[in-house]
Amino acid sequence: MMRIYLEGVGLCGPGLDGWAASRAVLAGAQDHVPAPTRVPPSPLLPANERRRAVQTVRLSLAVGAEAFAVAGRHPSATATVFASSGGDGETIHEILSVLASPNRELSPTRFHNSVHNTPAGYWGIATEARTPSSSLCCHDDSFAAGLLEAAVQATVEQQPVALIAYDVQYPAPLCDVRPIGAELAVALVLTPEPSNKALASVELLLRPRSGAVSIMPLASLEALRRSTPAARSLPLLAALARRDKATVTLDYLTDMTMALDVVPIQADLALGVGGSERVPG
Amino acid sequence: MNNAARFASAMPPLALSDFSVITSLGAGRAQTIDALRAGRSGLAPCAFETLPFQTHVGEIAGLDVHSIDGEMAGFDCRNNRLAAMALQQDGFADSVAAARERYGRDRIGVFVGTSTSGLLKTETAYRRRDPTTGRLPPNFDYARTHNTYSLARFVRTVLDLGGPAFVVSTACAATAKVFGSAARMIAAGICDAAVVGGADTLCATTLFGFHALGVMADEPCRPFDAGRRGISIGEAAGFVLVERPSDRHNADTVLLAGVGESSDAYHMSSPHPEGIGARLAMERALAAAGLDPSAIDYINLHGTATPVGDAAEDHAVFDLFGADTPCSSTKGFSGHTLGASGAVEAVFCALGIQYDFLPGSPHTQTVDPAFKSRYVREGRRARINRVVSNSFGFGGANCSLVLVRAA
Repeated sequence: MMRIYLEGVGLCGPGLDGWAASRAVLAGAQDHVPAPTRVPPSPLLPANERRRAVQTVRLSLAVGAEAFAVAGRHPSATATVFASSGGDGETIHEILSVLASPNRELSPTRFHNSVHNTPAGYWGIATEARTPSSSLCCHDDSFAAGLLEAAVQATVEQQPVALIAYDVQYPAPLCDVRPIGAELAVALVLTPEPSNKALASVELLLRPRSGAVSIMPLASLEALRRSTPAARSLPLLAALARRDKATVTLDYLTDMTMALDVVPIQADLALGVGGSERVPG
Repeated sequence: MNNAARFASAMPPLALSDFSVITSLGAGRAQTIDALRAGRSGLAPCAFETLPFQTHVGEIAGLDVHSIDGEMAGFDCRNNRLAAMALQQDGFADSVAAARERYGRDRIGVFVGTSTSGLLKTETAYRRRDPTTGRLPPNFDYARTHNTYSLARFVRTVLDLGGPAFVVSTACAATAKVFGSAARMIAAGICDAAVVGGADTLCATTLFGFHALGVMADEPCRPFDAGRRGISIGEAAGFVLVERPSDRHNADTVLLAGVGESSDAYHMSSPHPEGIGARLAMERALAAAGLDPSAIDYINLHGTATPVGDAAEDHAVFDLFGADTPCSSTKGFSGHTLGASGAVEAVFCALGIQYDFLPGSPHTQTVDPAFKSRYVREGRRARINRVVSNSFGFGGANCSLVLVRAA
């Protein structure tokens, strides 16, 4: 078992326009209005880079920027773990289509964007972070795998670690064999010790599979959780949004579950400052 | 705290209890060390795919015919076939089974790397799309072939392991970074042992992709040569069983003493020209191992034979180690095995330590006169006890490993 602390959250998904704006929805205090994912311009990307960037990069940099703003921490000194169930579906589809055509000339940019760690590469360039960075895949369980790697790294290295999990949809024909519900990304800033920005402590425990995993009470959010691997994070985010003690159970591989004992840290409430107002300018 | 130490807490060493490798040099330890000693390259003109350009590749024979059948048939693709060959040779699966008996299947993790996964299978499926609907062939198994996690799921299933698992996919640094993941998981008590390593196989995406980037040689690659013209792609698999050192190990056991990771924060497909990220990775690996640069007997370079990459690495190596530490790239033997190169070259280093051999660099004729590090062209018999192995990838992902003889 490991205990880590969460001090920043970023979120971007359908009808989930950022962590601050989504907290009431996740806590069940406000309706969820499903709408196509709107990716805000990340302050980390200059305007010309923003236009050229692929969607996985735009999503990752948007949620990463939000989480670090909530944490009040600069990203350049923080290690990162990226997790995605399938990387950039559009890019791989374009490559595969060209290779199946008579003229097999690939675009060099498209090729280097096809690697699973493309968002990590752009994140490093944008934040000037020369810190360790890993990029993982664990199919449907990529968020849990990323959280495990990030929590272990924070604990063993005694350093803050940011987790950025994201998924985008595949175009046809790959979407027939791998349907993904929506574009969604989530970011968490983990620390080994509580800082004055800590939102919650989380004890993480891997268990042999037994019992049910946590679901979202609201049907539209539960549909999102089931259809989009990165949205498997939603029950954890809901616990953070409710500021309740909760045990969140996530799927991890066929034979395990990941139990997360979430205990909110109420320091900011004691100060009379709500989470959504704490984002530094 | 200096910048190197900041991301490199001293690391408890791990034993490489067993390892397995397969490249175009051959299958298993004996063929691999024989080829390294003989200076025999596995590169040959590309027969794998009809290409509108010249290139050499390190292709592995037999992958077209050794299909995965029965219950596991859904995993059948070139990458998993190669992984199966590597797991089944040299008694590797038996060593894992023994570890499973010692620790229990839930206590052994699988942290493996790949960049291609089963992409070749998807390339073929795209050529066989239904002409009217555009659909993929009905037997296409996305999760068990194309998806990047496929390899870890396959390894975990074949070896009957139940511990934590994921695939690391950080381009050409992937199977070096998995050693770091395993070391942390074991240090945190999440598992007692781990199977690390990975596989990457030839496919059109990498052949046409590297060609499009203008970094692929029209000849066998010549790392660190004054006239180097780019990379040769190879395919390979390498797996390593790691656990805490114990009385089961002996003086010739190779230990993972340090892992150092960094990011270039510079460019998606070009290294920092002064090798700043490369140097940081090596510094952090040495700090984790608690060793000074002067303690290192050999450096297995990333050395892919691109003009820019080799120059940056030479810069970083000379800055850190000076002009005395022997170094070479083994890409001239195996080609650049992309995501598999970290594990493959860690195994080359482990064999070098166990067989007292310092590998050379076939095809490299004239070392670039502008380079300052001590590049070794001819392999030679030498007692090497402590080595550094470098792996650098797209996206500026860097990882260096320190491997040492146990005693």
